[in-house]
Amino acid sequence: MLVIKDLHAKIDDKEILRGINLEVKPGEVHAIMGPNGSGKSTLSSVLAGNEKFDVSEGNVSFKGKDLLDLAPEDRAREGLFLSFQYPVEIPGVSMVNFMRTAVNEHRKYREEDPYSASEFLKLMREKKKLVEIDSNLTNRSVNEGFSGGEKKKNEIFQMAMLEPKLAILDETDSGLDIDALRIVANGVNKLKSPETSTIVITHYQRLLDYIVPDYVHVLYKGRIVKSAGKELAHELEEKGYDWIKKEFED
Amino acid sequence: MNKTCRIVNLQDEYSQLFKENLSLLENGAPKRMNETRTKAFESFIDKGIPSNKVEEYKYTNLQPYFKGSFDIAFDSKAAINGSADKFNCGVPNLDTYNIFLINGWFAQQDEASALPDGVIIGSIREKANEHPELFEKHYNSNAPVDSDAMAAMNTAFAQDGAFIYIPKGIVVDKPIQLVNIMTGDNDRLVFQRNLVIVEDNAQAKVMLCDHTISPQKFVINNLTEVFAGENSVFDIYNIQNQHNLTTQVSGMYIKQKKHSNVLSNSLTLHSGVTRNNIRVNMDDEHCESHVYGLYLSDKNQHVDNYSFIDHAKPHCQSFELFKGVMDDSASAAFTGRVLVQPDAQQTNAYQSNNNLLLTDNAKINSKPQLEIYADDVKCSHGATVGQLDDEAMFYLRARGINENEGRILLMFAFAYEVIEKIRVEPLKENIRSLVEKRFRGEFDKCDSCVVCGQQGTSVSCL
Repeated sequence: MLVIKDLHAKIDDKEILRGINLEVKPGEVHAIMGPNGSGKSTLSSVLAGNEKFDVSEGNVSFKGKDLLDLAPEDRAREGLFLSFQYPVEIPGVSMVNFMRTAVNEHRKYREEDPYSASEFLKLMREKKKLVEIDSNLTNRSVNEGFSGGEKKKNEIFQMAMLEPKLAILDETDSGLDIDALRIVANGVNKLKSPETSTIVITHYQRLLDYIVPDYVHVLYKGRIVKSAGKELAHELEEKGYDWIKKEFED
Repeated sequence: MNKTCRIVNLQDEYSQLFKENLSLLENGAPKRMNETRTKAFESFIDKGIPSNKVEEYKYTNLQPYFKGSFDIAFDSKAAINGSADKFNCGVPNLDTYNIFLINGWFAQQDEASALPDGVIIGSIREKANEHPELFEKHYNSNAPVDSDAMAAMNTAFAQDGAFIYIPKGIVVDKPIQLVNIMTGDNDRLVFQRNLVIVEDNAQAKVMLCDHTISPQKFVINNLTEVFAGENSVFDIYNIQNQHNLTTQVSGMYIKQKKHSNVLSNSLTLHSGVTRNNIRVNMDDEHCESHVYGLYLSDKNQHVDNYSFIDHAKPHCQSFELFKGVMDDSASAAFTGRVLVQPDAQQTNAYQSNNNLLLTDNAKINSKPQLEIYADDVKCSHGATVGQLDDEAMFYLRARGINENEGRILLMFAFAYEVIEKIRVEPLKENIRSLVEKRFRGEFDKCDSCVVCGQQGTSVSCL
């Protein structure tokens, strides 16, 4: 699915990722944890194609294609989905219009006919139900005036609409109360299949009680310094990150 | 009769044009119209066509545009020239009372019998003669002939236009659509004078659709006076959709009485050079005024909105919002003058002007100008100039929307706030789709009447 080799990335000449190696196979759930500033969000931004970051070294292959060579929209159309840590508010663009444009662009890419208005609305109804999103949210402008929890649910709703092969959830749990967290996690679990993969980026172990990872990686100072099974998340929860920091201090 | 005039030195020739043709100008025009001509002419000649040395016209030097060889019509036949029967306008899904003007002259209208009781719609020169008391009470009482050269010029030269009268207590069920068509085989100078009177407790909505259907150069000076009586509710939408060789100076002078609620929305979707003078005079207590505008320009187009809201009396509210999107080398200007006079306590005045510049060559000059002489008021103003939001763009692209489509979505989102202010639902829908088409570059100003989709000839697509 995804193979990252020796990935280096910087912003304003400051190197944030300093040689990431990671392989994600179909059906797997990987959790990436780490203290603040370790490069977790940078990794997700670079994978999604945010042009703010320069990739200086390394390569990434996604379903056999050179991911770094693709425009952000083509990465999305190939099946990569980033659930944003801070979803952007876009007043004036309605959720319906936004999603219809996105879904039909995906279909066009796959050389399928665009959905008619009624087909699209039907799809939207189904997916709303699946991820338990409040029906009113989709009548509004994209994320405008949404609460933190609503924004995150909206990300999962978009994920349901676009049916990605690889979903990267960037701190989807931050700012969520326990009920919202459960709804978001349920949504993610329902969308999981043996053909799709998930990367969960999180600061805390709590989300991983709901979305159970096959592997847990610790990112520190731009490198993956530890990889293990899900038990690593519990260990980090108990002991914090200090012991990691000590162990890998430069 | 059409006469061709050649304007090189402005003042000299305009002076000559007026003097030589005064009898033609006066011929058949209402008495009051003719009585005001000479004084207006003197004011115009004294000031001249404004250059950018005139403070109010600092960002739009009109002088070059008013030079050239133009035809001027001195009667209806010359103006219309056989093009009257071609038009068949109607906003999809919107039933309207229609009136057509060609080159500034009344051409045709729907059957008068369909109008609600007492409502008068038609040619100003004709209706003024039929109803002199209405006409004389209002005509030229709100146009700033003494202070604005273009208003003076219009008053000196105008011979026809539309007259709309809504009697006391009448609510007009359908919007009134005033279709202004510019056409002909020669470059043309056009004057048009409209008068709208909305009596106490009356309600009406008017759409002014300006467009060009032949590829000639048009220089237009039109002026609309609006009188809104007590408790009246009145909307006026000016939809400007003209080709790049058009220069339009459009005056909108609104006077409001107690508890009246007036909305004006200047939608400049496509035009060469546009100058809108919008003035609202709140002449009585508890008036509410909404002054909106949207300007979309590209290539070398230029749009200048000059608004002046005069809070003369206490307890009035004004809401002003102008938004613009400039592409290529387009330029625009906005001036928002708000005057709160010493007596006008408890005034609420809000003003906002937001601009989106899509290229390094696009330009905007935005000037809020608040003059407040009362001490118990709430006034605010804000002007912004920005580019498309990179983060929003990345968000859209991360969902598989390509850059071009993302741009269109974001530009549309920017313009949307002004479109939302339209209080005629089908018109709102239409403007929405026209604006989207405009951003897609599919917008066809050859569809002359933007609202009704009246077909123009392909040669008019300049």
